[in-house]
Amino acid sequence: MKNEPALSSFTLTFAINYGDVTITASVTASVTSFISFSTQSVYSLMARTREALLLLLDVSPSMHSVLPDVEKLCSRLIQKKLIYGKNHEVGVILFGTEETENELTKEVGGYEHVKVLQDIKVVDGHLVQSLKHLPQGTCAGDFLDAIVVGVDMLIKKYGETYKGKKHLCLITDALCPLKDPDVGTKEDQVSTIARQMVAFGLRMKNIVVRASLSGEPHMRVIIENDNLLNIFSKKSSAKTLFVDSTTSLRGARKTRDISPVTIFRGDLELSEKMKIKVWVYKKTGEEKFPTLKKYSDKAPSTDKFATHEVKVDYEYKSVEDPSKVVPPEQRIKGYRYGPQVVPISSAEWEAVKFKPEKSVKLLGFTDASNILRHYYMKDVNLFIAEPGNSRATVAVSALARAMKEMNKVAIVRCVWRQGQQSVVVGVLTPNVSEKINIPDSFYFNVLPFAEDVREFQFPSFSKFPVSWQPNEQQQEAADNLVKMLDLAPSGKGEILQPELTPNPALERFYHHLELKSEHQDAAPPPLDDSLKKITEPDPTLLAESQSAIDAFCGQFVIKENPKLKKSTRRFLREKPSGSDEPNGDGSVSDAQAVNSMESKPVVTVDKIGDLTPIQDFEAMMSRRDCPDWVDKAIEDMKNKIFGLLENSNEGINYPKAVELLVALRKGCILEQEPKQFNDVLEKVCKICRKRNFSTFFDFLMSKKLSLISKSEAVDSDITDDEAGSFIVKSQPKHED
Amino acid sequence: MELDPDDVFRDDDEESDNEFYQEHEATKEYVVYLVDASPKMFSTTCPAEDQTDETHFHIAVSCIAQSLKTQIINRLYDEVAICFFNTRKKKNLQDLNAVFVFNVAEREQLDRPTARFIKEFDHIEESFEKEIGSQYGIVSGSRENSLYNALWVAQGLLRKGSSKTADKRILLFTNEDDPFGSIKGAAKNDMTRTTMQRAKDAQDLGISIELLPLSPPDEEFKVSHFYADMIGLEGDDLALFMPSAGQKLEDMKDQLRKRMFSKRIVKRISFIIANGLSIELNTYALIRPTVPGAITWLDSVTNHPLKTERSFICADTGALMQEPAKRFQPYKGENIKFSVQELSEIKRVSTGHLRLHGFKPLSYLKDYHNLRPSTFVFPSDKEVVGSTCTFIALHRSMLRLKRFAVAFYGNPSNPRLVALVAQDEIVRAGGQVEPPGMHMIYLPYSDDIRPVEELHSDTDAVPRASDDEVKKAAALMKRIDLKDFSVCQFANPSLQRHYAVLQALALEEDDMPEIKDETVPDEEGMARPGVVKAIEEFKLSVYGDNYDEEGDVKVSEASRKRKAATENAAKECANYDWADLADKGKLKEMTVQELKLYLMAHNLSTTGRKETLISRILTHMGK
Repeated sequence: MKNEPALSSFTLTFAINYGDVTITASVTASVTSFISFSTQSVYSLMARTREALLLLLDVSPSMHSVLPDVEKLCSRLIQKKLIYGKNHEVGVILFGTEETENELTKEVGGYEHVKVLQDIKVVDGHLVQSLKHLPQGTCAGDFLDAIVVGVDMLIKKYGETYKGKKHLCLITDALCPLKDPDVGTKEDQVSTIARQMVAFGLRMKNIVVRASLSGEPHMRVIIENDNLLNIFSKKSSAKTLFVDSTTSLRGARKTRDISPVTIFRGDLELSEKMKIKVWVYKKTGEEKFPTLKKYSDKAPSTDKFATHEVKVDYEYKSVEDPSKVVPPEQRIKGYRYGPQVVPISSAEWEAVKFKPEKSVKLLGFTDASNILRHYYMKDVNLFIAEPGNSRATVAVSALARAMKEMNKVAIVRCVWRQGQQSVVVGVLTPNVSEKINIPDSFYFNVLPFAEDVREFQFPSFSKFPVSWQPNEQQQEAADNLVKMLDLAPSGKGEILQPELTPNPALERFYHHLELKSEHQDAAPPPLDDSLKKITEPDPTLLAESQSAIDAFCGQFVIKENPKLKKSTRRFLREKPSGSDEPNGDGSVSDAQAVNSMESKPVVTVDKIGDLTPIQDFEAMMSRRDCPDWVDKAIEDMKNKIFGLLENSNEGINYPKAVELLVALRKGCILEQEPKQFNDVLEKVCKICRKRNFSTFFDFLMSKKLSLISKSEAVDSDITDDEAGSFIVKSQPKHED
Repeated sequence: MELDPDDVFRDDDEESDNEFYQEHEATKEYVVYLVDASPKMFSTTCPAEDQTDETHFHIAVSCIAQSLKTQIINRLYDEVAICFFNTRKKKNLQDLNAVFVFNVAEREQLDRPTARFIKEFDHIEESFEKEIGSQYGIVSGSRENSLYNALWVAQGLLRKGSSKTADKRILLFTNEDDPFGSIKGAAKNDMTRTTMQRAKDAQDLGISIELLPLSPPDEEFKVSHFYADMIGLEGDDLALFMPSAGQKLEDMKDQLRKRMFSKRIVKRISFIIANGLSIELNTYALIRPTVPGAITWLDSVTNHPLKTERSFICADTGALMQEPAKRFQPYKGENIKFSVQELSEIKRVSTGHLRLHGFKPLSYLKDYHNLRPSTFVFPSDKEVVGSTCTFIALHRSMLRLKRFAVAFYGNPSNPRLVALVAQDEIVRAGGQVEPPGMHMIYLPYSDDIRPVEELHSDTDAVPRASDDEVKKAAALMKRIDLKDFSVCQFANPSLQRHYAVLQALALEEDDMPEIKDETVPDEEGMARPGVVKAIEEFKLSVYGDNYDEEGDVKVSEASRKRKAATENAAKECANYDWADLADKGKLKEMTVQELKLYLMAHNLSTTGRKETLISRILTHMGK
């Protein structure tokens, strides 16, 4: 009974209230043109800062489980408006509530269980409060009723003349059946509303949450409702988004709307003769933390008007004479070139700097496979044909479609604005639209220049030792893991789709901000469950592929390198501050840049033993931690040799002693210590002569062992001839 | 010390986090280039592109020159020395024979490269024979060992600094695989041994010795003769070391250039896969925008450097204060204070690791899922044994199944979801083009993506290209095809210009060098009849034959009014004798609206105060 008057009066209201409001100004011609010109720009300026948003929130029983996330999403939206859009206006309508409270029900009846929680007004802190605890409704929610109430509110408040943006945002699960209209079908009703929305420039975003399909889902209802929402999308600029997790719900509505500004408007030049008019927008841009101001606590606490701001002053002082302050205008820029600093004035630079003309020029097309994905350097731009220019739209469309068909991309050279001092070379990839009302376009990614790429060489995997190569079972386990741990299962929605994933750090910041506004000392809050699913894998998903994970973990043996001493590890064990996870696994590491020095040999030799005297000697000689090692090694060696000779019964130790002498000789040449060796050799010869160890000399002869000469070591005072005749001379004279 | 607000190269919106872009400044490097200058280096040639032959010596020298130029731009604090061996003349601290350390005035032997150093080294070949001379340093019958001497000199040069804070390297360029080949018998062994010991000494001091072998087109440089032991190559490494004999000169240069860079690990992270299974990865910054170095302010009178001092002043009381520890955000009419610790705490939403979420087909990674340059990851078994094996298995599976991994990278300054895209090794004749490993691509969050496609959409269908138009576009694409396009084949013209100017000014040269802008379209290629025809046909098919630049645009309300206003203004404007008014100084007496008529009629800006408008009119009239 109630819907029929509603709809007719609905249209009627428009006629009465907003019928033919036109402003006509009759001033002299010359002045009119001027006025219209300036008002235009004033309007466009205001439009940028003015924005009205009406939230339509479903609080019916089936929504209760996701209400906490709806609350958070909406609070965040309002919080950001409080910071970035202080004069934006917001209203909130709940539906599925026990009570009914809206103007239409008073005027025409009907529209039950739709409650206006807040009329449209400029955002304030109270709104954040009231959104924090939404009342849980008890009745089925009719989203169409809510939309009608919302549209009516917006139209009554703003009419046609308001130049700002007017948005509706509907969050529902669209599970409740809609009431039948008395006249016509639901489809007709939706079409009528959609027409009104277009006429008044209302935009709508519908977020349909289907996180938990509890109980018997009424497929018929779902299909009907989805179909109705679809009509909205087709007939007005409404957009419907289906989300299947609370994490996606939190990212479903951008919490901050940035008015897009073109970074380039002009020709995309295929050649001198063929140009296409395009506009370029930013497609991605990183949302940063708000820039916080520095806080000064100097003002007395009684001062109500204290700004607490801090001014930063810069003073330029001479490095040599810090007492000398140089005024800013007396500075000149110095550019580093190696150790030199080259002073160049701005005027000088102006004369010589690189000054490319503003233009976007095609360099050519190439196979998409020539441009690897990881070469994309920056945030992404979008090239669209000049709006309203149908020929440019067709030209872009033709190129985009041909590129997609042939797997090609275009390489372009861009100078976005006049006076820009650098050029950008980038790649255009096709973005073929599937919606009939959205034109085809290109994505633009910046590519690196030769200077930007560091061509490091890495070993081929195939060249690694066999123990590092996965065997067949391991490979199979890995294949399985990659297949099973699927974030885009067919038939279900994609998990962690970037478009629907909120920034957990920013979410946490705004949450903390709100907590702090209540209690100045509030600690940073932990991440809630929906956000934790971004920083950590979803336990339910892990459970689904538990067998693949177990098999994988069973196949690979991971252990800490036992050769590394604990002290050389640079592991910093840290816990995330937002997580209460037990930090169990021991191999967590967060090493800062580590100098990749080879680890030094562990064993060091500090004396010459009996087992491997030569090796010990060499090791000691080559030790570089202290210069004394060389002397110590030579000294030890000397003692060893004399010891052998002393204790040599019938020359049994001679071969060994000679070996040692040979080693000592080499070592002394290497270390350029000829005197040390020559002294030893002469002493050895003296001993032998005295004791008449004649066989020892034969050994020396056979090894051609002699003094170290000048040509071998510069410090030696023995000539080559002297060295050559040494043995002969030293031999004991038999006639003695 | 970067306080220059109008840094010319930075885009308006680019406030890059310092950590991310300047990570490579962590360590510095001391390098000694040890170049064999034996007659063999001059007599052996390789055919170059333009049919002329290039000597090995020339190749080595030009590679070094190239690297010096890159270094002076990129790696400001690295120090180098250039040392020739097998020379006729000697010049070194130890006064050893056949070793010549090249240097210029006002520079230590191991020091940062200066403009003069680079410039003189560029001309080294012209003066080499006269100033330094080439001569075999190892000949039978003599006990001279020039290689030994060279290593000793290099080690001496690298004495400065601790090996903990600096990477010390000797890069040895030679085409002699058997330096003691001419020596026979015991003397040869002896020389080999002493040289090895010399090399070992250097290595024990933390100096790495790297060999950059040059081989003639038809001969192989046999590392096994001598050098394998010295640089510690064994087994598989040995086979890997010389990828292929007889490769092209360009490839050889390319290889040398690549080997001259040392890899720098940005970070070690652990990649948590599941169930507490985590492996060790090293991250590398292979692609980062190169920007001109920071500027230093100088006193324009004395050209002496200035230091910038910041002082903090309380805006309320005017009191001088310490750098405040708190920040605040006005919110709900209050100032909400955050300590710096709290802010970094907020950002630490996860440990600094990479945590695997799962895998998606590659088609889910869209072209607009990008924010900043990617980071390369490569496994390491250094601390966690088994990492490489696990990584290789996943890498292969991901390539085979065409999937990428989604992970959360809890970098404390900017925690993000990332895509890990497996990249197979690509090897061309010149060696590795793409290393095997994974590239970490930083994904945007929902608030980072803007729905700009829908901006101008309304409910009406928009025009689309017909099949025929697409066909014409395809034909055009076949014509203008960049066959061997490789990313980064262009040098950045503005950077080149910047440094060319700097170099010229640093050397006090008068002529400003002309830099070729490699990024401009190939005019010649575009003018080929086939290309011109294809473009014409495409143009005809999408624009029709009566194309008029502006004619097609649905003129918006605003621009129509603006046009009408301009026309009207032009008409009205003619009613005044502006020159006369200006001469008599009567412009002041006119109304702002009258003044604007003139400005609009002449397409000038109409903003500003009355005085501004008048002066703009006068300027335009040339008065």
